[in-house]
Amino acid sequence: MKAAVVTFPGSNCDHDLYHAVKAVGGEPHFVWHRDRGLDGVDVVLLSGGFSYGDYLRAGAIARFSPIMDDVLAFARAGGPVAGICNGFQVLCEAGLLPGALIRNASLKFQSENVRIRVERTDTVFTADYTEGQVLQIPSAHAEGNYRADAETIERLEGEGRVLFRYVDATGEASDAGNPNGSVANVAGIVDEGGRVMGMMPHPERAMDDLLGSRDGRGFFTSLLSAFAGSAA
Amino acid sequence: MSRFLIEIRVTPRKGILDPQGKAIHHALHSLGWSTVDDVRVGKAIHLELEADDADAARSEAEAMCRKLLANPVTEDFELLQVEEAGA
Repeated sequence: MKAAVVTFPGSNCDHDLYHAVKAVGGEPHFVWHRDRGLDGVDVVLLSGGFSYGDYLRAGAIARFSPIMDDVLAFARAGGPVAGICNGFQVLCEAGLLPGALIRNASLKFQSENVRIRVERTDTVFTADYTEGQVLQIPSAHAEGNYRADAETIERLEGEGRVLFRYVDATGEASDAGNPNGSVANVAGIVDEGGRVMGMMPHPERAMDDLLGSRDGRGFFTSLLSAFAGSAA
Repeated sequence: MSRFLIEIRVTPRKGILDPQGKAIHHALHSLGWSTVDDVRVGKAIHLELEADDADAARSEAEAMCRKLLANPVTEDFELLQVEEAGA
């Protein structure tokens, strides 16, 4: 699996993503946002951080970086693109995913381990999980409150495009389990084809027991299995 | 070409949760202003730009709002003022 890890000015989880891809046996490489070209890449990963300082709105300026033209073309050709945290915000701003992420309902920067439930496993991002599996994944953001109009939410639910949902200790999608006030406890969604994914929690920070959880590994091994043929 | 000063107001759309507005609303009540029913917080963006006339300046600014300055999913925008600089 050849993975392009895009770095915007202000990205700060790009090295974590690089490490996570490498840890499962993939072949990562960094792509600076001003560089062009994603030839030969299997997967594009947009990392967490604060692109352009999150000035104006989170992800709003990064969305116009030169590499995003290539990311859009890559996604339109069916290539898998995953945006984590700030990457999710960038994908929404770019129109590759519907909705937007606004300030957490608590007004706080929420940094904690959250529980998310895997809602479907027929995607290249979740094939190694089981449906309904609850993962413990670190989450750290101030603007992860997912919003979309009622019509969009209905469509997302109807088409099964909510990939991960925040849940409480009993596995229920309750307010208690929701760290940011996201509508319908949305923690991650996919596009119509299931190939473009955005999520707020950080699977790349849950790769080892030493860090408190290895529940993020399945995300990267799923991608690795999907692109085993082009492994390093 | 003339230089125009444009003031843009970007506010959270009706029905969109405005956590900042809620926090300020709460603070105002704590300070005794219980008459305040609601608070919404937006942002003001001031632009200076060159354009042939006020209409051209206005339509340029509107295009900027649609493309970058406001997110139509969560925000509304309004041009509060378009005036020629030094006029």
